[in-house]
Amino acid sequence: MSHIRLINVTKRFGSVTAVNALNLEIAKGECFSMLGPSGCGKTTTLRMLAGFEDLTDGEIHVGDRLFSSPRKKFYLPPEKRDFGMVFQAFAVWPHLSVYENVAFPLRIRKFSASEIDRRTKDALHSTNLLAAAKDSPENLSGGGKQRVALARALAINSDVMLLDEPLSSLDPHLREEMRFEIKDLQRAYGFSIIYVTHDQAEAMALSDRILVMKQGEIQQVDTPLNVYNNPANRFVFSFIGLSNFLEVAARDGNLRTCRGDCPLRDALPRKKKQDAPGEGNEPPETLLAAQNFVLASRPSEINFTAEGGLRGIVVRKSFLGEIVDYQIKAGEQTLRVQKGRRAPGPEAGEACGISFLRPFWYAGEK
Amino acid sequence: MATIQIEGVAKSYGAHQVHKALTLSVRHGECFTLLGPSGCGKTVLLRLIAGFETPDAGSIRIGEDCVSDPAAGINISPDSRGLGVVFQDYAVWPHMTVFDNVAYPLKLAKMPKPALRDRVMETIGLVGMTGLEKRMPSELSGGQQQRVALARALSAKPSIMLLDEPLTNLDANLREEMRFEIKELQRKLDITVLYVTHDQEVALAISDRVAIMDDAGQLRQTGSPWEIFERPVDGFVFNFMGIANFMPVRRVGETYLVGKGEQPVPWEKPQGDAPEWVAGFRPSDVRISRTGAGLRGVVKRASFLGAVVDYLVEVDGAWLRTSIETFEAISGAMMFTQGESCVISFNHLLWFDARTLAEVVKA
Amino acid sequence: MNGIVQKSGFGAAQIILGLSIAILVVMVAVPVLLIFFNAFWVHGEFNIRDVIATIREPDTYQALVNSLIIASGTTFGSTVVGTFFAWLVTRTDLPYKPFMKSMFLVPFMLPSFIGALAWKMLLSPRAGFINRFFMTNFGFDGPLFNIYSYAGIIMVEIMYLFPFVFIQVCGALERMDPTLEESARISGAGLFTITRKITIPLVMPSILSGALLIMLYSMAHFGTVAVLGIENGIFNIPTLIYQRIHQSAGSFDSIRTGTVLATVLVVTAAFIIWLQGKILSKGRYQIIAGKSFRPMELKLRALRTPLLVLCIAYIAFTIVLPTVVIFLVGGLKTYGLPFTWENLSLDNYKFILFDYKVTKDAIRNSLALGLGAAFITMFAGVMISYVIVKMKVRGKGILEFLGMLPFSVPGSVIALGVILAWSGKFNINLYNTVWIILVAYIARYMAFSLKANSAALEQVHDSLMEAARACGATMWQTLRDIVLPLVRPGMLAAFFLIFLPSLRELTVSIMLYAPTTRTIGVAIYTLNEDGETVVSAALAGIALILIITGQTLINHFTKTKRV
Repeated sequence: MSHIRLINVTKRFGSVTAVNALNLEIAKGECFSMLGPSGCGKTTTLRMLAGFEDLTDGEIHVGDRLFSSPRKKFYLPPEKRDFGMVFQAFAVWPHLSVYENVAFPLRIRKFSASEIDRRTKDALHSTNLLAAAKDSPENLSGGGKQRVALARALAINSDVMLLDEPLSSLDPHLREEMRFEIKDLQRAYGFSIIYVTHDQAEAMALSDRILVMKQGEIQQVDTPLNVYNNPANRFVFSFIGLSNFLEVAARDGNLRTCRGDCPLRDALPRKKKQDAPGEGNEPPETLLAAQNFVLASRPSEINFTAEGGLRGIVVRKSFLGEIVDYQIKAGEQTLRVQKGRRAPGPEAGEACGISFLRPFWYAGEK
Repeated sequence: MATIQIEGVAKSYGAHQVHKALTLSVRHGECFTLLGPSGCGKTVLLRLIAGFETPDAGSIRIGEDCVSDPAAGINISPDSRGLGVVFQDYAVWPHMTVFDNVAYPLKLAKMPKPALRDRVMETIGLVGMTGLEKRMPSELSGGQQQRVALARALSAKPSIMLLDEPLTNLDANLREEMRFEIKELQRKLDITVLYVTHDQEVALAISDRVAIMDDAGQLRQTGSPWEIFERPVDGFVFNFMGIANFMPVRRVGETYLVGKGEQPVPWEKPQGDAPEWVAGFRPSDVRISRTGAGLRGVVKRASFLGAVVDYLVEVDGAWLRTSIETFEAISGAMMFTQGESCVISFNHLLWFDARTLAEVVKA
Repeated sequence: MNGIVQKSGFGAAQIILGLSIAILVVMVAVPVLLIFFNAFWVHGEFNIRDVIATIREPDTYQALVNSLIIASGTTFGSTVVGTFFAWLVTRTDLPYKPFMKSMFLVPFMLPSFIGALAWKMLLSPRAGFINRFFMTNFGFDGPLFNIYSYAGIIMVEIMYLFPFVFIQVCGALERMDPTLEESARISGAGLFTITRKITIPLVMPSILSGALLIMLYSMAHFGTVAVLGIENGIFNIPTLIYQRIHQSAGSFDSIRTGTVLATVLVVTAAFIIWLQGKILSKGRYQIIAGKSFRPMELKLRALRTPLLVLCIAYIAFTIVLPTVVIFLVGGLKTYGLPFTWENLSLDNYKFILFDYKVTKDAIRNSLALGLGAAFITMFAGVMISYVIVKMKVRGKGILEFLGMLPFSVPGSVIALGVILAWSGKFNINLYNTVWIILVAYIARYMAFSLKANSAALEQVHDSLMEAARACGATMWQTLRDIVLPLVRPGMLAAFFLIFLPSLRELTVSIMLYAPTTRTIGVAIYTLNEDGETVVSAALAGIALILIITGQTLINHFTKTKRV
């Protein structure tokens, strides 16, 4: 059952279209991430949902209520939407104590004193902040401040939590820890999460579904695993994880690399019956007709072969601890290969063969 | 010879002693990295070598020349040490063009105009900034500014370069790109580089040798990146170099049992007779499977991160992290979900005496 | 690597430090110490009873009370006005906000004593244009408003001082992270609640700091009280010091009264500055962060037009009206004639620019003094700031302490101190020469120079200098090639921060002038006192033109420079 519905949501700033006719349905209790490079419209979408930006066109419904509709001249201000929201820069109020920060939304709603106290303490307890209740948030670390912001958003027990890059201001170690804390809170309180981030690992780890956006347009909406395993297009492929793009061409029925003209046949996996179109040995017919296209592969999904495969030379080999990073030159194109530190591999300067475990095929860039 | 020799150097700020008696030598033509947590005094050491700070005791020699030796009353000022220095915040002079920034050391050395021009253009080309020499620094990105800083440090052709966290302010992609470029430059120009950083990945990627400094400014281990990563001398080094698992093990008679349970460690036993041990290993040292020999555990958390799947596994009260490549996990049916039981075995274990580890690894 | 030779950096740091300390000691510390010495030391003995007795004299006591009344009223009023307008131009959908904002900053340029003169012409009980207009046309028995009163003085001071709060609060509101307010909104609070519970508390440190600045300024302010108060016997501390010194031509008793009053002023100022430091260090919240969105704008709806009218009326009333009056009166043949075309001409302006020796001297003196003081203070300031901000040298602590002094010594105190120090006490007698005014200007404006130059130097990171050293530059080469070019904007700012205010300086000059060493401010003031109202107004008009032209040039210059 969809809880939040965005219908044809469009936002233009002057002549720039930030979000173009976005249609989305988000279920109750779902953790939904919006992922994309900066300027892709994900934050604008979230801010329209929160009510901080007007829509240029389209409608937003939450539950059975209309929230925004420029055509019906209807707009519910943010303070009436009953969302919880956490911002990148924490936005905790330095002139109020941790307790008062969290109690603020309850006081605005004129709850009874005992109810305010109960709910505030409950939210502080959930975020491990009870001991710091009387402190000024100024004295807390970045992680602490973000917990206050979370507790404040929890206090009114909202159905929907809007998180705008909440972990970007934290250091990597803490980011990972907080990620799990958010997930645990969701489990305990059962709210839906709309999460905006540019960090793909974060989106993958947290979400039930991910929306990948580029220049205001939806690229793919899917589960994390599907986004990784079946990227809808070249952009999604390159945005999720490290990527290699090898320009290839079909000539006389044979696949060869461009700029170097090396045969590819040996470097591709044997076709299996269950392979989806575009996956496995052969590029799809539509691309073959286009002559010019790319083979996309993850650096970790390439194997070294003693003989056969795509022949190349190890230009650089770097020991990075857990992984060893290779730069391979095949013809005039370079590829990156990453192997675990225990996997055998060639040395710098040596000739080698490589084979692609799971190639993807996309149209070439013009 | 472009070497740096540091002997018994001590430095304090008021009551805070940063270095007690530090000895270190950087060989000719190598890329040497000083790696340590922030605040460990690695930058202080670089500043001592550059001459921005004076040591309280000990001596610093650059090549054949002693540049600092308080006991002998020697303190050469930074402008006479002939080093190239690159700073974390670029320190590109905002009122000069790229050309003028790079030309400044040569102007000070009174190099004749035509030769100076050639040298500057050559150096700018070396860092891939050709065509941008008339720009002001404010018109450059962070990465480009750091290239200017590199070029400026290189233009007088120093035989030794000191780099102080030069990539910290850059974003992740650029950082990765630049570290290879720095390594390339070092190789091509055959200069000695002393690189200071807290980022172990950079240190592993670019160094010929790495020295690990602890929070107290003591050197723990010096060696090649492989030695540091694969043969750490103690728990501190092991913990600092990447994600580290520490699994408590207790001795009962002749057997070594994991955590609070009754399962014996499926690996070589430690050497020594301490009652409490800790087994250290990287996530990549762990093999996770559904059946077979090994420790029985439960997957407490499964995080799909894209290229890898990260698992947090509990074995009788001991927690460990392992990760498996997504492709491998899917093709080998190793996509575990939370609460599933699993079997853990190891590629490699390092043994630490539990008593020594407590001092080394802070909670 | 054979080129490594040890060079000795002998004494360079010590020389700069010594010179810096010497400048501050001679220019600021000695005059202030002499004031304390004169106040507390009688016939070679420490004497506090006389000090207390002096304070308890009815005249001095009343001046203290007046200073407090006027400063408190001004501070309160300016804070309310400044905060309100700042909020209006940053957080509402008021039309023409950028224009309004620049207009609200205009009073910064206008010398308040010229404003006071204008208001005297408009609202003096009998002759004021407005009062007369009401009395003749509406049959009022008495004046509509008597400007010769506490309320009048406070009103005029508010008009010219409120920008101190306005600019601080505007800055804080503009830099404030909008998500601080958005998070309150999503918490369910309406815009009015947010303003009251989030916005205002968050900018409170800026409000208070601006308020204290006004307090400091108003306590030590001479011009407005001198123009509007003396008529009705309202004296504050600076005007009483002036009156005593001026009337008694430097008798021992009057100097002692002056020094006691000056001491009170210094102590109050020091207290205010201490309080300000406390507020700034404790209450300066980290409210600047994050991505920047446009902050929310309160829709004024029905109030939009009334508030716009209010703003325009305020600007017309406080800026346009007084300025116009000054220029019109400056054009009158004789004061008291109605403003008709026959009665207006440029003769007065021609007269003061080309024929009248007093005003010609005054303009020349002010220009020369301004240029000289700005030049010297700029260079001294950059050197002292360099030592304080950048150098690691023993004995710096003394300089840091001395560097604080100029901030807490009001103008009339400096004038008095300079008289004590340079009237032959150390075998140098500058009294009655233009040099004593120069010395006083340097002391008075040192604070501006230190502030601008320190700010510029803070921007120059140590690594920029260290990079030069590592490139082979000596300390002097580094200063010449790196530091000086980088602080040039700060030095330039310091120059104009000193040059422009010194063109209209009154507080210090009035205590130090001799017949041939009048400054523009002194000339305007004395001509007005002598009843030469139209000439005085014309000179004020010329001063306004000079100041506004200068300010416009700087604004233009700094703007194009920054791009």
